[in-house]
Amino acid sequence: MDSCNCIEPQWPPDDLLMKYQYISDFFIALAYFSIPLELIYFVKKSAVFPYRWVLVQFGAFIVLCGATHLINLWTFTMHTRTVAMVMTTAKVFTAVVSCATALMLVHIIPDLLSVKTRELFLKNKAAELDREMGLIRTQEETGRHVRMLTHEIRSTLDRHTILKTTLVELGRTLALEECALWMPTRTGLELQLSYTLRQQNPVGYTVPIHLPVINQVFSSSHAVKISPKCPVARIRPAGKYMPGEVVAVRVPLLHLSNFQINDWPELSTKRYALMVLMLPSDSARQWHAHELELVEVVADQVAVALSHAAILEESMRARDLLMEQNVALDLARREAETAIRARNDFLAVMNHEMRTPMHAIIALSSLLQETELTPEQRLMVETILKSSNLLSTLINDVLDLSRLEDGSLQLDLGTFNLFAVFREVLNLIKPIASVKKLHVSLNLAPDLPEYAIGDEKRLMQTILNVVGNAVKFSKEGSISITAFVAKSELLRDSQTPEFFPVPSDNHFYLRVQVKDSGVGISPQDIPKLFTKFAQTQSTATRNSGGSGLGLAICKRFVNLMEGHIWIESEGLGKGCTAIFMVKLGIPERLNEPKLPFMPKVPTNHGPTAFPGLKVLVMDENGVSRMVTKGLLVHLGCDVTMVSSREECLRVVSHEHKVVFMDVCVPGMDGYEVAIRINEKFTKRHERPIIVALTGNTDKVTKENCMRVGMDGIILKPVSLDKMRSVLSDLLEHRVLFEAI
Amino acid sequence: MDLVQLQRQLVDYRTSLYHEGFLDEQFTQLQSLQDENNPDFVVEVVSLFFEDSERLLNELSKALEQQVIDFKRMDAQVHQLKGSSSSIGAHRVQKLCIVFRNYCEAQNVEGCLKCLQQVKHEYGIIKTKLESMFQLEQQILNAGGSIPV
Repeated sequence: MDSCNCIEPQWPPDDLLMKYQYISDFFIALAYFSIPLELIYFVKKSAVFPYRWVLVQFGAFIVLCGATHLINLWTFTMHTRTVAMVMTTAKVFTAVVSCATALMLVHIIPDLLSVKTRELFLKNKAAELDREMGLIRTQEETGRHVRMLTHEIRSTLDRHTILKTTLVELGRTLALEECALWMPTRTGLELQLSYTLRQQNPVGYTVPIHLPVINQVFSSSHAVKISPKCPVARIRPAGKYMPGEVVAVRVPLLHLSNFQINDWPELSTKRYALMVLMLPSDSARQWHAHELELVEVVADQVAVALSHAAILEESMRARDLLMEQNVALDLARREAETAIRARNDFLAVMNHEMRTPMHAIIALSSLLQETELTPEQRLMVETILKSSNLLSTLINDVLDLSRLEDGSLQLDLGTFNLFAVFREVLNLIKPIASVKKLHVSLNLAPDLPEYAIGDEKRLMQTILNVVGNAVKFSKEGSISITAFVAKSELLRDSQTPEFFPVPSDNHFYLRVQVKDSGVGISPQDIPKLFTKFAQTQSTATRNSGGSGLGLAICKRFVNLMEGHIWIESEGLGKGCTAIFMVKLGIPERLNEPKLPFMPKVPTNHGPTAFPGLKVLVMDENGVSRMVTKGLLVHLGCDVTMVSSREECLRVVSHEHKVVFMDVCVPGMDGYEVAIRINEKFTKRHERPIIVALTGNTDKVTKENCMRVGMDGIILKPVSLDKMRSVLSDLLEHRVLFEAI
Repeated sequence: MDLVQLQRQLVDYRTSLYHEGFLDEQFTQLQSLQDENNPDFVVEVVSLFFEDSERLLNELSKALEQQVIDFKRMDAQVHQLKGSSSSIGAHRVQKLCIVFRNYCEAQNVEGCLKCLQQVKHEYGIIKTKLESMFQLEQQILNAGGSIPV
């Protein structure tokens, strides 16, 4: 052996040991070479790897280590210097790289460690987010449930459906074991179990309302957890295990009266129902906040839905009631109409049927009276006549009254002489009064107008009735009739506080007082006087006859005349005073052009009543023309005569104030002249007054005259007085319509 | 005769005319229209009446002699006569005119002829009577008296 620089092994080379070292080195080298390859492969595979540089270093380190070990293989045996050199180089490099790596690792390892921590942190975070997501989803779910539930509840207006749906949906959403609703009883002192989820037919448990637990729930608007042992929660058989948590919430029952127009419903006096929800027993579930919220929301919705249902029920009930009432009213109305019709038919028939025989009886009896009769016969006939007169009056009264009642009676208004009415009544009553030796006096106030507008016949009937009663019920003494215009101070009467007549320019109130010294009337009988058919009980009055209708009719007439009638009496035996006031119109002549010609109180006009009045007379008949002219000349007019139509139209001018036109001649020509004159003078005040002179006043003539615009008709022959009054009337009002 | 007697005679005569229905109130009206301004009013009107009536009666006679009788025209004429007679108060004449008109309307020739005769007759009477009355009045006036109303 050559001497070599290599170190000689201390012991003799053992072949086995050598072999094993050889193999191990080989494998180490292999491993060292394959690790970087693996690293490269996997790094290449993964997209991101922040520490490439470190990897390279590490790779280099390993490669070099491997190389070293590989080269080592050659050093077991004799090796040349080159090998030794290579080996040394390799080792040197390896040393360098490994130191570098070691140094590098000092920086890197903390980073790597922190990466790990961060990874853990992120994982935790992710887990937490997942959990939260889960929660949110659950809430979303429940929100959806609530909406659906609300929709279900609000889609029906039937109470039971609402409540049942609520319980079912709540049960499903929250996976409840039991859900129950307690409603307050009518007395309001107890809560009654009305609806449950599981038990089909809840037995009518009741629980007094003033339990502290219940008060607690009612006083809070939130869902309150209550103990499973409290009475409202003890509705299911006691479980073997832990009962689930129970929550109770109040459900306000809103009443119609709770709603103010512009206000939200006040929550002061409330009735509440109680909803109790139980989680399943033996589950570790707890009531979560969101579940409680859900329960509160649902409770509110239920309250609203229930109130809607209640309102609807009310309105349907009201509507049904109204319909029933309408039907009933309709029926009643039809019945009433039938009754009225039947009554009217009856009256119409009776009117005729009753009056005809009565008329016959009265007429024939009066005729009989005129013939030769023995005294007994005369007496009999007189009685017959009296009775039939009475009967006739009664029939008339009844018929009148029924017409008055229906309001179908209307006053026949007209202008009449008031003084004449009173005189007439006096004349009618005097004979009877003198027979009874009663003194009748009439006192008309000086300011009482002579003429008035009203219903003459009925006013007379009223006065006559009142005076007649006075006479009838007085056996002796005197009757005084006073009439005057009611002044405002006197209008307020203590008897009639509700009657405030107000006189005006066109009307006045006539007040008539009839005082008698007869039997009088006791105060309690006074109100009965004016009712139909009611008679006072005293025998004296019974014997005096009277149907009892007279005063009732008078009252109706007086009312129609917008007045008032009453009787005052100080008591039995002290006489009585009948007083009535009626509204009458003051005649204004200008308001009534259609009034039949009224003979005025004749004032003495001299012959020249109308000095210089220019008139035109058109008449084809010479004689009558001359006569008319003579009349008018006598009255002082300046008369122009024409004998034909054409002449008339030619001559007529605005100076002529009146045109007298003869329209006797059959034919329409006379009327044409009137039309022409009307056309000629467009302004009314320039146009002369046109008066027709005619021999007949039948309807056709009158109509024709009115139609062509004539202002009046005079029937021939005309007397001087008539012409005088016609002219004065015409000139005063420019219109007259008929002078017979 | 002396004045008073004349006057009395006049009054009686007038009264008889009224009583017998020859005259009616219209005549009185006419008389009341007569005054100092119009002293001869009544005479004038009555004269006019006579003229008018004679003319009308002639025409009526002629009309009824025709072959073809114009009833319408006759009716108009009778109407005129009626008007005149009523204006002065010739009562009987007026009445007859009414009847005459009815016959005209009915186109009854016989009736018309008969009526015409009657009208003529009455007219004659009233004319004579009125003329006598006027003569009396004239006599009174001549005697210096005034005509009693």
